[in-house]
Amino acid sequence: MKELMLGNKAVARGLYEAGVCFVSSYPGTPSTEITEEAVKFDEIYCEWAPNEKVAMEGAFGASLAGKRAFCAQKHVGLNVAADPLFTMSYTGVNAGLLIVVADDAGMHSSQNEQDSRHYAIAAKVPMLEPSDSAEALAFTKTAYEISEKFDTPVIIKMCTRVAHSQSLTETGEREKHEKTYEKNIEKYVMMPGNAKKRHPVVEARTVALTEYAETSPLNRAEINSDKIGIITSSTCYQYVKEVLGDKVSVLKLGIVNPLPPKLIKDFAAKVEKLFVVEELDPIIETFVKSLGIAVKGSNILPRIDEFSQNMIADAFGEFVDAPKNANYTQIDDPIPSRPPVMCAGCPHRGLFYSLKKRKCTVLGDIGCYTLGAVKPLGAMDMTLCMGASVSASHGFNKMLGANDKNVVAVIGDSTFVHSGITGLANVAYNQSNSTIIILDNSITGMTGHQQNPTTGLNIKGEPAGKINLEALCRAMGFNRVRVVDPYNLAECDAAIKEETAANEASVIISRRPCALLKNVKHKPPLEVDKAKCIGCKACMRIGCPAISMKDGKSVVDTTQCVGCGVCSQLCPKDAFISTK
Amino acid sequence: MNNTKNIMIVGVGGQGSLLASKILGYILTNEGYDVKVSEVHGMSQRGGSVVTYVRFGDKVYSPIIDKGEADYIVSFEILETARWLPFLRPNGQIVTNTQQIDPMPVITGAVQYPQNICEKIKNLGVKIDALDCLTLAREAGSAKAVNIVLLGRLSHYFDISQQSWEKALTANVPAKFLELNKKAFVLGKDSVS
Repeated sequence: MKELMLGNKAVARGLYEAGVCFVSSYPGTPSTEITEEAVKFDEIYCEWAPNEKVAMEGAFGASLAGKRAFCAQKHVGLNVAADPLFTMSYTGVNAGLLIVVADDAGMHSSQNEQDSRHYAIAAKVPMLEPSDSAEALAFTKTAYEISEKFDTPVIIKMCTRVAHSQSLTETGEREKHEKTYEKNIEKYVMMPGNAKKRHPVVEARTVALTEYAETSPLNRAEINSDKIGIITSSTCYQYVKEVLGDKVSVLKLGIVNPLPPKLIKDFAAKVEKLFVVEELDPIIETFVKSLGIAVKGSNILPRIDEFSQNMIADAFGEFVDAPKNANYTQIDDPIPSRPPVMCAGCPHRGLFYSLKKRKCTVLGDIGCYTLGAVKPLGAMDMTLCMGASVSASHGFNKMLGANDKNVVAVIGDSTFVHSGITGLANVAYNQSNSTIIILDNSITGMTGHQQNPTTGLNIKGEPAGKINLEALCRAMGFNRVRVVDPYNLAECDAAIKEETAANEASVIISRRPCALLKNVKHKPPLEVDKAKCIGCKACMRIGCPAISMKDGKSVVDTTQCVGCGVCSQLCPKDAFISTK
Repeated sequence: MNNTKNIMIVGVGGQGSLLASKILGYILTNEGYDVKVSEVHGMSQRGGSVVTYVRFGDKVYSPIIDKGEADYIVSFEILETARWLPFLRPNGQIVTNTQQIDPMPVITGAVQYPQNICEKIKNLGVKIDALDCLTLAREAGSAKAVNIVLLGRLSHYFDISQQSWEKALTANVPAKFLELNKKAFVLGKDSVS
């Protein structure tokens, strides 16, 4: 019986069937569900690591120990883990080692749109690209065979539309694959003398992998036409088949690094016009051109955003009898946008209101609190990458701190452990007068509630080690470490005022659990006493989605309100009253 | 061209559209179709506009639905109905909740929430089946059952037995909420829009 299965769940199922024993990841959309599904198999040890580099190095250690190992991350997570990746290419593996990187063309939930295929090329490791859930499962198992046969880590590249789509998938049984650990200094100790011997091994491996790619069933030619040929992979294959069906020939690549020159030349020889359909960078197209073959791709399709069937129909309309895009209709009114917002009762809201009120320069970070940049709060000046709030505020303060004492960094608990601690070490060591605010909501929020080293629970919700943030900061040399409740505006305001004014670096921990956590007890919702409300809109300044204006008075949506009371602290007439 | 049918489920993050797509995916798979369901997780969940694509037929390739392609738009919120209207194919069917949830630009007063959306869509000659799902869901016992009320309404347009729908509900909702959801389904199905 085939099961309708999420692409990420299919990878997890593939890990189970391939006999994988070790999974370590840091959550990141759209990769998170792989690890969340893998943990449901008792046979696999799974963990959330503090960051992607730690996860990948953990997986490498497990492979060395002789057990098949795995780590998953989003595209920008691979930037963090790039360091071990490039040298793991030299050491190779013991038991199979698979890395999933999930790209986010279209930036549904990301800060950039980088194309991870560049990493496979640069690190000289094979990369597979499934186009649906059934392939995600099958490719995962094949990846381990490739990893052990060619002594290399293997990358599978997912994208949002493969990771977060469900399609019919057939499952199999778990296999057992284990090796023993044997000491091998020349292979695993990468100092210059040994690495020089390993580099030729890597180059020879690429030659062998290219031969493999020429005949592997993961690459397949579907010959239907001698007029038009399209080379494609991943979800783009689905769009091409959807629109052009059997009117064109298709070379579907399941292995996107290394690319197979003979297979491509043979395919090109069978068609009059050759095209490449690939999202983001023209990597296959550039390779085809390097073979001296004329090809179209980036001149008929954009290099930004994800594709869709209408885009394929538009691009190929002049070359083949593609179906015309259907007419569509719309109403004349402008449609207000609906951007994501901080939830009702979000503990970040109160703190960001205080930052806005004090006109702070706020160097931000990656997480739900990036929404502090959205109007009406607008209390953020920069967001770059995980941890950059702390390190960049150090640089900012070193240059402007003497003139502008109103600069803070804001970083969530999970992001702080991921990459903020090293930045904080720089503040402590090189002594900038920075104020770092750790927004401790006791969970990794944006990716959907994953535990982290500050929550005291592991991936299964069982008791685990718990980093004490106050003790950590004090041990690094900070004398000024204080904890505030972000539901208390006066407390937040005083802390920000005093710590930014202080003549030494300081840490404020804004602590209250995410309002969406199931174990959080809320007060009854508030409502507005219409007789008291004067319609001054003071409560509207916090951007709470539960408060709106109706007929000149504030109204609370009691299905959303969790009674946090931040609004009532702004009301000059005490018009917010409990519904209890 | 193949016989693939397209259903779009649209709404506001947190309204429960994932359960609706899960039940649809389950029932269509059991009916023997090739099925693809596609959604986006992450940032868009935080009160933003959310969309799920459900496609079924003999052989489904693309996991997404493009402008002018949806046979059905199932909408949890009336502004979202208007937002995604261009995705409806000519002669397609809308099934929508009439509930209004103000987005942040409306809350801050930067823009106005469009008025009389249902009538405006009707005036374009579009088939729209609009009902107050929130009231019906509360009648069934929980405001959270809006998704099941909508599914009940959608079931009008499919040749799938009541038994199959009940089986899908039983398999996908917690046992203690099953009766509530069955009631919500029937209320949606039998209501006059």
